[in-house]
Formats: sequence, structure tokens, C-alpha cells
Amino acid sequence: MKYVEEFHNPQKASRLAQQIHEAVDQPLAFMEVCGTHSHVIARYGLTQMLPVQLTLISGPGCPVCVTPPEVIDAAIQLAREGIWLAVFGDMMQVPGSDGSLSDAKAEGGQLRVVYSPIQAVEWAQENPDEEIVFMGVGFETTAPSVAICISEASQLELTNFSVLVAHRLIPPAMEALIGQPDVQIDGFLCPGHVSAIIGLHPYQPLADQGISCVVAGFEPLDVLQSVYMLTRMHHENNPQVLIQYDRVVKPEGNPIALSKMNQVFEVTDTRWRGLGEIPASGLRIRDEYSQFDTQKRFALELKPVPEPPGCQCGAVLRGAVQPTDCALFGTACLPDHPVGPCMVSSEGACAAVYRYQSYGS
Amino acid sequence: MKKPELITLSHGAGGLLSQQLIAQQFAPLLQRAGESLNDAAVITIGDTKVAFSTDSFTVSPLFFPGGDIGSLAVHGTVNDVAMMGGIPEFISLAFVIEEGFPAQDLNRITESVAEAVERCGVAVVTGDTKVVERGAADGLFINTSGLGVVPAQTNIDPRRVAVGDALLINGTIADHGVAVMCAREELDVSGEILSDSAPVADITGQLINELGEKVHALRDPTRGGLAATLNEIATQAAVTLEIDQAPLPILPQVAGVCEILGLDPLQVACEGKVLVFVDGSVADEALTIMESCDGGQQSAIIGQVTSADRPQVFLRTPLGTTRIIEMPPGEILPRIC
Repeated sequence: MKYVEEFHNPQKASRLAQQIHEAVDQPLAFMEVCGTHSHVIARYGLTQMLPVQLTLISGPGCPVCVTPPEVIDAAIQLAREGIWLAVFGDMMQVPGSDGSLSDAKAEGGQLRVVYSPIQAVEWAQENPDEEIVFMGVGFETTAPSVAICISEASQLELTNFSVLVAHRLIPPAMEALIGQPDVQIDGFLCPGHVSAIIGLHPYQPLADQGISCVVAGFEPLDVLQSVYMLTRMHHENNPQVLIQYDRVVKPEGNPIALSKMNQVFEVTDTRWRGLGEIPASGLRIRDEYSQFDTQKRFALELKPVPEPPGCQCGAVLRGAVQPTDCALFGTACLPDHPVGPCMVSSEGACAAVYRYQSYGS
Repeated sequence: MKKPELITLSHGAGGLLSQQLIAQQFAPLLQRAGESLNDAAVITIGDTKVAFSTDSFTVSPLFFPGGDIGSLAVHGTVNDVAMMGGIPEFISLAFVIEEGFPAQDLNRITESVAEAVERCGVAVVTGDTKVVERGAADGLFINTSGLGVVPAQTNIDPRRVAVGDALLINGTIADHGVAVMCAREELDVSGEILSDSAPVADITGQLINELGEKVHALRDPTRGGLAATLNEIATQAAVTLEIDQAPLPILPQVAGVCEILGLDPLQVACEGKVLVFVDGSVADEALTIMESCDGGQQSAIIGQVTSADRPQVFLRTPLGTTRIIEMPPGEILPRIC
């Protein structure tokens, strides 16, 4: 754990902050795509160390936040019908159109919070008379492990296990974001763990369009150093894709994980909360594994559901407004009774700001 | 805020939703006028002030590294009495047991209760046993109540916390919650993580003995961790607290598990810790006293009361930045005690 302390070193942090101050000579906006980065930035108050001309915008990289409400409604519906549901903890409090999974549990639904999808497979093995559904949310980081579980379930010939797939792919969303007329993005802090899987190649088109990218780690010094690398590239007018998080991320990514993902999933167009339909930005289960596809198994039709009135999560996820700009923030929408998903997850932009920043003071 | 239609696990997690449930449901019907909500009630019987507390224990698993539901129940109740300056003396013990529960486990738990009672210097003076149908309880639940006389010179009240007060803790944070979580999820962690379940009445007793009324408030940061407890105190005393992250004791392996699971250690429960608010002038003295006590060797001064502007808790990070410590909204891990 010396390792962690090293990345919290105050002297190194203030030296980096100084270098950033020296390198910024005009208004700049960088987007941290990943919710974990938003969380680290808020938790360590890193914006307090940065020049006022430099804005960090939270992006769409919170899996819970970008999962459209119809998927949450479908999961709640399944739970109410007696299907056993295994979910990641963050999903429990997300409001659907009529209650949350946590409410469905209180009503008597069988819901279990898991840390790994393999626990859902084990649950299915232990309870052969029950239907077990795993809610597969997340990006390229979680998709490979879900793929492995599906192929494991296939080898075990499980007939009571399926996955409600809501996986999303990050680079297509980044492409969609830089085309927005109302959001200025001068560089991306790219998600460290997603990049560990996909490598650098998928970000190259962004650099080719003049947007610098740095794959960043998750400790405070990682973030500061990555911001510094972005400011340097901008200053030198030399947009590239660089790795700051090189202790984890290899340029080529993780070919084994990618091939597992491709074995079970194929790329599809999909809807993102806030961003709408983005071409080739989601995953669906290949036909060979269709018996493990919850949507097919239960003939679920996912019809778009309107957002709660007044909720600005969509605009927050696009980077068009800051959480504190939303009229519901901190009034009607609070962590204990969230209106929108960004207030729920520990990776949500609103939750990060609400929990850690001294808003209003 | 409207009342909930159904009770969720978050209502029992010691955070904002628990507070709301108490404020909306229980207090209007049951709270005595002028009584504040603390770890234990202080009542007067004849001329004697008595601290009286009750607590139910539902921890899962029943046995975890560093303790079990039996010792946890005794320590928890003894500590609640101590938090109001009481000297714990008598406890009650009630079991709710699920049909089919192994007698051998019941024996282990009872032995553990006996050992804890001995260690705390209290006596079990009344008890009860109920057995419910299979499925109507998860193995075994325990309810305990505790009684202790509050010495006359004692004046413990969170409302006495004031600007200039120093805040101390008697050791590492988040051990209990993380130990239970690792046991429940069978997480394999290098470096042992034991629950810190232990009595702290010696520490509080010594502090009150030597510093008298300069000890303003005591509270054990159980469910909801330091985040919940400090927010409660800030609200009750209407003050701003500032905590310093650097001296805050935490085991590296506990910090590591929290990092991996995305938990804020400040929101994770302790079961053998006490947060001590003393007059700033006796901060060093309090530290020396605590360090000399069993279970207090790793004590530290971790913060101070900075203003009476607004009830809020700030954390100063090692980078010199500050952030708010929020009241945890609800459940991060249910049934840890």
C-alpha cells in the first residue's frame, strides 16, 4: 500500500499543479469520460488546485447513469414477476418509472448484490429451479467478464441463467460528444480501465480530429499528471493519444479479453440515457448464445421511457451543464431520494459533486 | 419529505434514511419532551443519574474475524452506555433463535458473551429466549440493554461541543465493516483484517475521571462510520467540524479493500472506537490518557471545531484541498451489527 501513498504525495501534487498553472494561457475544457475520475476529482478537491481557466467536465462514463430507464423498468418488472435478479450494488437505488430495484426487493423480490458476474452463475447453479437474471451493465471493462460468464454458463449447460445486456462502448460515445455544438471539449481524460481492455487504437480518430487524449489512472497524482499532459499537447498544438496510466494500460490493450468479448457479443446500435441513439455503441448477445439473452428469453420489449420532469441528467452526461446548474440538484434530487441516475451511483457526476464539494458555501 | 410505503434495508443503515424514519415515525409518537437522541438515554432514578441503552444485533455472518454476534452485542451495548458517561454495570440478553439452529453454535456464542461480560466487568441480570419457525429469522438475533450509573461530575452532551474543541479517536477506522464484508463475500485479502469489536468504557471512564467537564461529547462511530457520527454531532451542536485526513489512523489493508470496492472508509462502521470531543486546551492531555488505555495505543487528534456558522463536516485532504463529508444516505453494507 506504499503504492497508494506515493500517488497522494502532497509535494508532487503541488509541483504538478504549478506546472499546469504555467501551461494554461487560455480557457480550456477537458472532459473526464470516466465516472471514477469524476469521483476522484471531487473526493480530493482537485479542481481547487487547478487554474480557473481550466474546466473539467464530467462525461458519460458512469454505467448506471447511461443505462436507459426502460432497462431499469424491465429489471424491476422481472423482479416483481418472481425472477431472481443479480445486480451490481449501484443499480439498486436507481429510480425507474415506478420505484427502484431496492423497492422491488422490499416488496419481496429476490435481488442479490454481486461483486462479480460469476457469483450470478454460481447462484443459478445452486438454485436450478429458479430463473436467474444477471443485469449486465458497464463498459468494455465489465463486458469481458460477463462474456466469460455466458460462455461458462453455456459449458455448464445452464438452462436457468440469462443476462439482461445493457453494455455500452466508450469510444463511439466520445465521437458523438465532440460533434455537439453547445459543448467545448479540448481534450479527453480517457478511462484507465476501459483502455486496459481496448488499448489506444480506438481513440486515434479523436486525435486525428484535433482532440488530445490521455489514458489516466485513478489516483490524485495520476489525474493531475494527465491534465498536465493534456495542457502540454494543447499548448504545443500537437494532439495525440498518450498513456499516463502505463503501469496498467498497454497500447494494444488486452487481446484475450477482447476476443472473449467478441466470441459472445456483437456490436449494435444502442440508446444512451442523455445521449440518445449512437451507432455501433452497444453490445448484444450473438445468436449462438441467444438462450442466455434475457430480452429474448422473456420476449422483453424495451420501449423508450420519458425522463423524469425537470431532470437534467441527459445534459449533465453530455457535459452541457454542470450538476449544480440543474434546478433539482440538492433540492428535489438528493442521494437518499434521487430523481435522476447521476445522483445515485458513486460514479455519477451529481453524486460526486453533492457528496464532496462545498456547494453553496 | 413523505413517509416511505415500505421499509428498505437503507432505513436500518444508520444514515439519512434511518434518521428520517426516527424523525417521522418514532419521535412524534414516542419521544419525551426535551429529550435529545443519543446513543443512550440519561434518566434519573431517585437521586441517581443512569445511562440506559438498548440495541439489537443481526450481523451476518454470525462469526467473523475478530469477533462474533455474542461479543459484538455485549461490546455494543456497553459502549452505548459509556458514550453518555455511564459506567456500564448491568445488561440484559435476549435471543431470537431460528428453528434448526446448531446447538454447538449457540454454545460458542454464549461462551463468547460470557467472556465479553467478564472483560467489560458487567453482569447479565435478565434475559429471554424465543425460537421462531425456520425462515422467520436468519440463524440468530440478539437484543441487549445496558444500564450504568453516570457519575455526578459528568456532563456529556453533544450540544456542549463548541468552537475550539479538539476531536480525537482511539485508533484505526473502518476495521469492523471491512472485516465483516470480507468474511461475507469471502474476499481473499492479503494482510489480516479483524473486526475492532471491543469495549471502550475504560477509555471514556479515564477521560471523564481526569478531565471532568472538559470532556464535551463522546460517540462511537458504528453504522454509517465517522461520516454519519460527525454529521450527527455537527447538527446537534450546530457547528462546523474540520477533520484532517493525514493523522486519521487506517490500516493499509483496510484502505486497500475500500479502494478496490469503491467504499469511503469514513462511511464504514467501527465497533471499538470512540470519537472524543474535548476542550481544545486539554487535547494533548486527552491524547496521553487515551494512549495509555487498553485499545487506545493508536489514538490521534484528528480534527477540531472550526466555527459555529453552519452544521457541516469538512475533510482536509493530504493535498491541502478540502471536501465535504456528507451524511451517508443509506445502506452501503447491511447487517454488519
